[in-house]
Amino acid sequence: MSKVLMKGNEAVAEAALRAGCRLYFAYPITPQSELIEYMAKMMPKVGGTFIQAESEIAAINMVYGAAGCGKRVMTSSSSPGISLKMEGISYLAGSELPAVIVNVQRGGPGLGDIQPAQGDYFQATKGGGHGDYRCIVLAPSSVQEFADMASEAFELADKYRNPVLILADGMLGQMMEPVEFKPAKSAEEMEELGKQHDSWCICPNEDGDSKHHHEINSLEIDPLVLEKHVNQLFAKYAIVNRDELRYEKYNVNDDNEILCVAWGTASRIVKSAVHELNCEGKNIGLIRPITCWPYPYAAIHAAIGKKVKQVYVFELNTGQMLDDVKIAVAGKVPIKFWGKVGGIVFTPAEIKAKLEACF
Amino acid sequence: MEVIATRPSTFTKTPFTYCPGCLHGVAHRLIAEAVEEFGLINKMAGVAPVGCSVFAYKFFNFDMAQAAHGRAPAVATGMKRARPDMHVFTYQGDGDLAAIGTAEIIHAANRGEHISVFFVNNAIYGMTGGQMAPTTLPDMKTTTSPYGRKVDDIGYPIRASELLATLVAPYYIERVSLLSPAEIIKAKKAVNKAIQYNKEGRGFTFVELISTCPTNWGIDPVKSRDWARENMLPFFKVGCFRDKGEGVE
Ligand SMILES: Cc1ncc(C[n+]2csc(CCOP(=O)(O)OP(=O)(O)O)c2C)c(N)n1
Ligand code: SF4
Repeated sequence: MSKVLMKGNEAVAEAALRAGCRLYFAYPITPQSELIEYMAKMMPKVGGTFIQAESEIAAINMVYGAAGCGKRVMTSSSSPGISLKMEGISYLAGSELPAVIVNVQRGGPGLGDIQPAQGDYFQATKGGGHGDYRCIVLAPSSVQEFADMASEAFELADKYRNPVLILADGMLGQMMEPVEFKPAKSAEEMEELGKQHDSWCICPNEDGDSKHHHEINSLEIDPLVLEKHVNQLFAKYAIVNRDELRYEKYNVNDDNEILCVAWGTASRIVKSAVHELNCEGKNIGLIRPITCWPYPYAAIHAAIGKKVKQVYVFELNTGQMLDDVKIAVAGKVPIKFWGKVGGIVFTPAEIKAKLEACF
Repeated sequence: MEVIATRPSTFTKTPFTYCPGCLHGVAHRLIAEAVEEFGLINKMAGVAPVGCSVFAYKFFNFDMAQAAHGRAPAVATGMKRARPDMHVFTYQGDGDLAAIGTAEIIHAANRGEHISVFFVNNAIYGMTGGQMAPTTLPDMKTTTSPYGRKVDDIGYPIRASELLATLVAPYYIERVSLLSPAEIIKAKKAVNKAIQYNKEGRGFTFVELISTCPTNWGIDPVKSRDWARENMLPFFKVGCFRDKGEGVE
């Protein structure tokens, strides 16, 4: 299949449609508005539902309703809007509903600006909403990966009946790159998808069985029952942690002197710098978490190898993922951090200079 | 012996959690009967609110979703859009619908979502222990309006039915009361109409049910009905505000 040049926001929307998403609810916000505009244009053409909701709160609750009916449903927003969705995301997790939520992050806190940033890492990976729960968090670093993650996110959401966040940023949303799409789901596959959750979701009771009483619910007033429910959620999360960890290793080997850790857009810039240094004969590697939750602690720990004298973390925030790297490194070697905030993106040259100073 | 009334098949066996004399149970029964009478048990789904009726999902014997406080109309929108062949209603209190969920109800009504909304107005927050609601009457004392609701300070009660009747899209809007057997019979007609229209796919239907909260009003069940009649009905006048099926625009 040939490649097409597309903006990240549009590519992820197109990929979601091909993955069988037929319901999409959202509220406009920069820098993700192309996504909602694409859905507005395309959903009616594929017989799907698009609603521009009155707010992000309404949008995520529409998602909750549609997910509770067992359908592939998605919403998207950017940082301030994702904050508003957090109530609904907690309810989705509590009720074990599959849904995909795209965050095209921008600078914060508050209204911030509309430039790319990675300031929502804590919110995405450590909760954001109330209560003890986890979302699966996928962090793309190219438009191709952003698009691929749409279908992966739906698969994971359905498999674990859990909300999945795609944590992108304004750079990936706005930039154009060549993308190759997976073929769209066939009519038979769509029919299968439509029925896969019928054993528990809200759906017509075809055989008129009086026992058919499906509840979509996160309320457990009895503390012992709630305790059991949360423990079951965490048993599920343990399986996700075991089976769904994703990370990329770039020139990671036993002789690395420096190991970089970065995610998303930042990792892409770091990769350029690492590549240049490799070409100059310096042995330096990069680990990029692709799932930010679950987090590849063991992989990072193992990658420290024998000769690493410095771990260097780069992010477009003040060091949110740094906390996870510290857990992974467990004091084995020193860690440095450099980040930029305000929606300002660092350049490969800046990263290279930081890294050169460590040799 | 002739059986005159039984528990509708659209109820589960779970006992209600309402206080003695509370009219939530009556409102539930009207809905359960309507769903049964229209033969919708296999195609009906309800959305339970946050409030005393938070456990409604346990009481109705068909598919139910529990929504976050105030968000039921958005949840119902998602459900109805995902499964157009299902019939969907929400059940909401006045705090749920007219305070935290104001945006959701106005916009669901404005889109003309094909759902039924049953709105129980008891002029107070029941579940959380008797705080002021958007529907609390002027000078009415509650735990958060201990000196009485001062309209200069906190505004007048919101008349949800009238507010929604300013919108073009809704198909049917009626306010009824549950204060006496005769009024309950009228309320039954309204609830049935909403469910019938819902079954026929006509559009957004809304029934406001004037109810009581003996517990938080601190008035016994019988007297609380008199209190509601004297104090609530003059402000929340019963009547039909919109019925496109009957030509009431
Ligand atoms: C986000 C959020 N805010 C507040 C609450 C607490 N709360 C539970 S019920 C309720 C009031 C419900 O009152 P109403 O809708 O009038 O129903 P009633 O209890 O009178 O039947 C409130 C404020 C909550 N559960 N969630
Ligand atoms: S607190 Fe009031 S509204 Fe709630 S169940 Fe008791 S009487 Fe009914």
